[in-house]
Amino acid sequence: MLLSEIVKTINAEVHTCGDEMDLMIDSACGADLMSDVMAFSRGNVMLLTGLINPQVVRTAEMMDIQVIVFVRGKKPTPEMCDLAEEKEIVLLSTELSMFCACGVLHRAGIVGRGMSSE
Amino acid sequence: MNSLFRKEYEIPANDFSVAGEASSSVRKLLNQLGVDPPIVKRTSIAMYEAEINAVIHGNGGKALVQFFEDKVTILISDEGPGIEDIELAMQEGYSTAPDRIREMGFGAGMGLSNIKKNADEFVLESEPGKGTRVHITMYLL
Repeated sequence: MLLSEIVKTINAEVHTCGDEMDLMIDSACGADLMSDVMAFSRGNVMLLTGLINPQVVRTAEMMDIQVIVFVRGKKPTPEMCDLAEEKEIVLLSTELSMFCACGVLHRAGIVGRGMSSE
Repeated sequence: MNSLFRKEYEIPANDFSVAGEASSSVRKLLNQLGVDPPIVKRTSIAMYEAEINAVIHGNGGKALVQFFEDKVTILISDEGPGIEDIELAMQEGYSTAPDRIREMGFGAGMGLSNIKKNADEFVLESEPGKGTRVHITMYLL
């Protein structure tokens, strides 16, 4: 699914890297616990989270996650946006809750790929 | 064998805003050297977990990274309180991180086991009152 379609699907605001809308996204993970993202996430390129701090961007960098969606109307700070621009990571935000954002995207064909225990 | 080159980094204490700078820099270097992406990712994860630990538990510390033709060795050392029971600390889910760290999304007790899982070699040295040294070796070939 094109990132531009994902933006429409969850009615997202784009905060960084607006020129990356032709990225293809087929899997995602949702977590507020970065420890779990580091330990369990495998091969997902999009992270949905309700957590706002620069380590979310750092964690994404280490895990090769290219897109972060902040849920429940939370917005990234300017510091996070600067870091994300530097690392070429797309930051989006949506008013949807974590549950609803994940549900809508899953219905649209985005899957959860590989918790390591699966 | 002598290393091709080495990098040293300061890991500042309790400054979460810059935690991960050292790992990010090493990641960039490995990419520039053309290292296989899955190896870069495992190295990044292992080093980042150790770096975060030094910030959370070790009052900051140092990272020494040595690049060889066939491997990278990473030493993260701190002069923090040390680990009383290493076996217990290695257990998934065991954590002594304070609430303010958990609120940042870390401190779930997965870090050390995640380093072990991603590193090709992992040695943890620690004694109460004498700080902690995390040795990580990654083979590049």
